[in-house]
Amino acid sequence: MSTIPTVEIRNLNKTFGTGDNAVVALDNINLSIYQGEIFGIIGLSGAGKSTLVRCINLLEKPTSGRVLFEGVDITDFTDNQLRKVRQSIGMIFQSFNLLMQRNALDNVCFPLELVGMPRKEAKERVRELLKTVGLADKEKAYPAQLSGGQKQRVAIARALATNPKVLLCDEATSALDPTTTQSILALLKELNKKLGLTIIIITHEMKVIEQICNRVAIIANSRIEEIGTVDEVFRHPKTKAAKKLIFPKGEYVENISGDGKYLRLVFDGSSADRPIIANMVLKCGAPVSIVYANTKNIDGQVFGHMIIKLQDDDEIYRKITTYLEMENITYSEEKDYV
Amino acid sequence: MFSEGMLLLVGKGFLETLYMTIVSTIMAYIIGLPVGMLLAVTDKEGIRPSPTINRIVGGIVNVLRSVPFIILLVAVMPITRLITGTTLGSSATVVPLVIAAAPFVARLVESSAKEVDRGVIEASLSMGASTMEVVCKVMLPEAKPSLIVGAAIATTTILSYSAMSGFVGGGGLGNIAINYGYYRSQTDIMLVMVAILVLIVQVIQEIGNFISNKCDKRIR
Repeated sequence: MSTIPTVEIRNLNKTFGTGDNAVVALDNINLSIYQGEIFGIIGLSGAGKSTLVRCINLLEKPTSGRVLFEGVDITDFTDNQLRKVRQSIGMIFQSFNLLMQRNALDNVCFPLELVGMPRKEAKERVRELLKTVGLADKEKAYPAQLSGGQKQRVAIARALATNPKVLLCDEATSALDPTTTQSILALLKELNKKLGLTIIIITHEMKVIEQICNRVAIIANSRIEEIGTVDEVFRHPKTKAAKKLIFPKGEYVENISGDGKYLRLVFDGSSADRPIIANMVLKCGAPVSIVYANTKNIDGQVFGHMIIKLQDDDEIYRKITTYLEMENITYSEEKDYV
Repeated sequence: MFSEGMLLLVGKGFLETLYMTIVSTIMAYIIGLPVGMLLAVTDKEGIRPSPTINRIVGGIVNVLRSVPFIILLVAVMPITRLITGTTLGSSATVVPLVIAAAPFVARLVESSAKEVDRGVIEASLSMGASTMEVVCKVMLPEAKPSLIVGAAIATTTILSYSAMSGFVGGGGLGNIAINYGYYRSQTDIMLVMVAILVLIVQVIQEIGNFISNKCDKRIR
């Protein structure tokens, strides 16, 4: 990691409309994204994530705040200056946005035409790019003849044509089936490794973040609620917004009725195969009920979490928590999200 | 019913009609295409929103479009005389035809341009395209099939306008239909003229649809 972030966002605000109709889309966003990272931004629809990614290449002008690219403040750049910067920031979209009247080769040629590269030279570069994304044999095909995954590959090749430093992905896999999503993510990871490409991924899908991101920001209600490494945020989500996203199957309960305490236990790869719960019940002599359990595979490690309900008894609570600490199990008491 | 002289007259009328239609269509597009693109670009959903320009240009287009052609034909006679030196014949008819058709063409072009997927335009902006590049390299080529269908509509409309100009001595098939068919009550000649006009419209429309389908890469 270099010291200057590739993309830095400072105190960014974006409001649509004015007066009574004003809608706040982004509320004081601060982000630093470094060279070579795959950075995920996750949130539910309407959280403001698409607006945020459009503020990075200034397709959307922020209401206030600064956007820095490689340490240079580009917020107030003129249109001409911005066009130069945008050649260093590739972008792909949920709906691919290919030129429907051009074939694959000419689609990828498009950004090179914009920079005035001679046709012959451009064609060579495009063939190379199509090979990189695995579509060497499809250069004559029009978008209408390609599958969703192939269209996104063309879009990726097009975004990479001008050798950008950053690739912005706006829900790039949301329109694809799971298998195709996997292959596109694998391609992005490969490009990240091979070219040192910084990738910023906007998504509402947890599995996309799990699979390829290094760091993640959780955005809800126009604000960044939580930010950290994927591992950290997934294991110990601190905010309600994060928990809602990471444990989507759980139920949100305003007031947990009845007696009893709810504990969320988080397992890492090392403990998941030991009979933790059974031993706990035996050792502490306290019955517990399992309210919810789920495990996931992240970066090759099995990790899981479970919610158990205990009797409302301080003695039992103390015993159980002591046991959990001994076993190195992270736990947290849950008040409203089960 | 058709003497040799009459056949010659019809042949000449046919050519005059084609001449008026084609020249007027081309000139209407020379004016209407840029105006239509300007309207699409300056629209509040366009890539360079400018309410002032959009309202002024849109207003002029609306005014010209709402004047009935037969009235426009007479009203612009001074301008026609200024440009062609006469108000009679097919060349003179081209002037009011262009004035009437250009705003119509502008609206057709505008609506075709607005059909272009917003996402594709956004993608080209994200690659650093300028407004002019978006217009020339994205909007126009992407709208091509729709523009061609629009051109067929514009051509047939101009054709029927050109027939109307027969009333004020505009030449062409319309003139024959009015002079022989209407004033001399030769219904058969009128019917033949109408049949020829119907045929020309059919042919133009078919050609338009064919080219549009042929060049549309979305269909396959």
